[in-house]
Amino acid sequence: MGAEAQQHPLSDERTGIEAYGGSEQRQIVLKVEHLRKKIGRKWIVQDVTFEVREGEVFGFLGPNGAGKTTTIRMLVDLIRPTEGKVMICGYDVRKQPEQALAYVGSIVENPEVYPYLTGWENLQHFGRMLPGVDERRIAEVVEIVGLDQRIHDKVKTYSLGMRQRLGIAQALLGRPRLLILDEPTNGLDPKGIKELRIFIRRLAEEGLAVFVSSHLLSEIQLMCDRVAIISRGRVLAVGSVEELISENSNYIIWELTPRERGVELLKAEGIAVIPDPDQVLDDTILAGMSEQAVVAQMLPDDVQAVLARLVAEGIQVHAVQKINPTLEQLFLELTEGESIE
Amino acid sequence: MMALVKNETIKMIKKKRFYVILLVLLVLVPIFSYAQLRAAEDKRSKFGTDWRREVQQAITDNQNSLGSDRVPEEWKKYRQIFIQQMKYYLEHDVNPRQPGAVAFTKEFLDNAATLFIPLLIMGIGSDIVSSERTSGTIKMLLTRPIRRWKILLSKLITLLMFVSLIVVATFIICYLISGLFFGYKGFNLPVFTGFKLQGADVDISGVHAVPQWKYILMQMGLIWFVSSVVAMLAFMVSVLVRSTAASIVIMMAALIAGNILTNLASAWTSAKYLFMVNLGLTQYLAGTPAPIEGMTLGFSLAVLAVWALGSLIVSFLVFTKQDILN
Repeated sequence: MGAEAQQHPLSDERTGIEAYGGSEQRQIVLKVEHLRKKIGRKWIVQDVTFEVREGEVFGFLGPNGAGKTTTIRMLVDLIRPTEGKVMICGYDVRKQPEQALAYVGSIVENPEVYPYLTGWENLQHFGRMLPGVDERRIAEVVEIVGLDQRIHDKVKTYSLGMRQRLGIAQALLGRPRLLILDEPTNGLDPKGIKELRIFIRRLAEEGLAVFVSSHLLSEIQLMCDRVAIISRGRVLAVGSVEELISENSNYIIWELTPRERGVELLKAEGIAVIPDPDQVLDDTILAGMSEQAVVAQMLPDDVQAVLARLVAEGIQVHAVQKINPTLEQLFLELTEGESIE
Repeated sequence: MMALVKNETIKMIKKKRFYVILLVLLVLVPIFSYAQLRAAEDKRSKFGTDWRREVQQAITDNQNSLGSDRVPEEWKKYRQIFIQQMKYYLEHDVNPRQPGAVAFTKEFLDNAATLFIPLLIMGIGSDIVSSERTSGTIKMLLTRPIRRWKILLSKLITLLMFVSLIVVATFIICYLISGLFFGYKGFNLPVFTGFKLQGADVDISGVHAVPQWKYILMQMGLIWFVSSVVAMLAFMVSVLVRSTAASIVIMMAALIAGNILTNLASAWTSAKYLFMVNLGLTQYLAGTPAPIEGMTLGFSLAVLAVWALGSLIVSFLVFTKQDILN
């Protein structure tokens, strides 16, 4: 598959992939347009639109029950969308599943493999369902995920982490251009999560488009170039992590003595002082913050002028710290307080 | 497609279902053989080595019971038919109960056709699709660049291959094991077939002798057909029901209901369109009356074929359309 894909240029008309102008020269591998799904009388997915380009890690972020898994299942033709369409490398998943799915490797929910077969036999099994996968390719992916030691053992003796690796090996088998991972860090220990993160970044650097869903915001933030935030079946925002963050107001933490006069001065400058910092800030930031700290909402560019003013008024400034909102905050703002977990 | 069938075959073997079925046969056949051996010894002590006396005795016993009021009319009909068949054997100087591995196998196949072999088939058929759903591996299968109907077809082909294997294995195990008890001879002994039933009378104009090997071959053909139909029904249930346990229970209930119906449904004639009462195809060969008036070999074959076709259509329609939600 991969070999075949490399033969035609990506902007080839046959693949229908559009080239992107400006700084975005990367090709769109996955394009989702107004996807909707109704199950029974309920709209599980109401309106999902986004694109994933080659070489990027795309995060799909939302609380449990937001419609993430349903959306992912529509991406790989397990569920038929009620409306909208999914294009993979220019092929409609619904109309040309054989062509479209040839470009995709995926793990939907848990990496489910046959426990009564060995890891190797499992890979052979899935390899037979893909064109151009031979024993050499299997050995290759086994090495990539580092399962060489145990690959000939029965899968029922594997730990969850090893199954996860086997799942990834299986997904990479057909040399996909799009890798879809649904909650890939589930059941992994912190070391495993870090390894996976590095691994996913490496795959993206090699040109693979990686689509990762998660309900854990910190994870997405660390490994994704762009994210879509989904809640109650709707995409609330799509953008690069930096973009989404800088679009939202920045917080500056001041440590001032005397505190009261400092606050008065800040207010006099027309700066909003947050009365209840634990409403907007992350626990990790709150933990390292002194009780006396003042959280102000202001542009970083204004810090210089305000600082000079405070010093001129004889107020001691012990520390000034700029805080980017984390995705947690972002999410809270976008969903107006709907809880994340 | 070859690769897909290979996949399914590997899974079937590695799941060890097929070995379990062979094991069941290996345990049960010697038990039946031994029981048969004891019965034969018992008769020999009663009638000596002259089989004619034994057959004559059976005829007399049945004739006596015809005069009794306590025997239901229906049974009387069966017995009359039996008497006429036995007389035919006597006239042509052929022992209908010549012991031997081949005769035992013939008898065993006759009895196993309606319940035992279908049960074995269910053992492999009921979970061929539902097990993939229970384990979640269905997602791994259906996200490949392969159309769903091809995946289902590969499963069906594999199932039918194993059905054939089970039918053949049943014969081989039966013959080899019962041979230890009765000796391996008897392939060329004649069996009469072609009795036509008209009410309580037997039309013997079409009766002819066939060697036992040929008779067994015909039996196996019919059993293979029945088994394939049962396999396709189990296949459909397996597509429709997510849990393997539920699909086994459904098929088992249907089969057992069939066995019960065969024994008591002669008054309810539309029951003859149910697949379960048509599983006894080999009975037409032996000339045993059909459970319900109006059933013939052709009729039963047609009914089974329609059921099989229907279940295939449902299986493929549902499997290719359904959303995989779990």
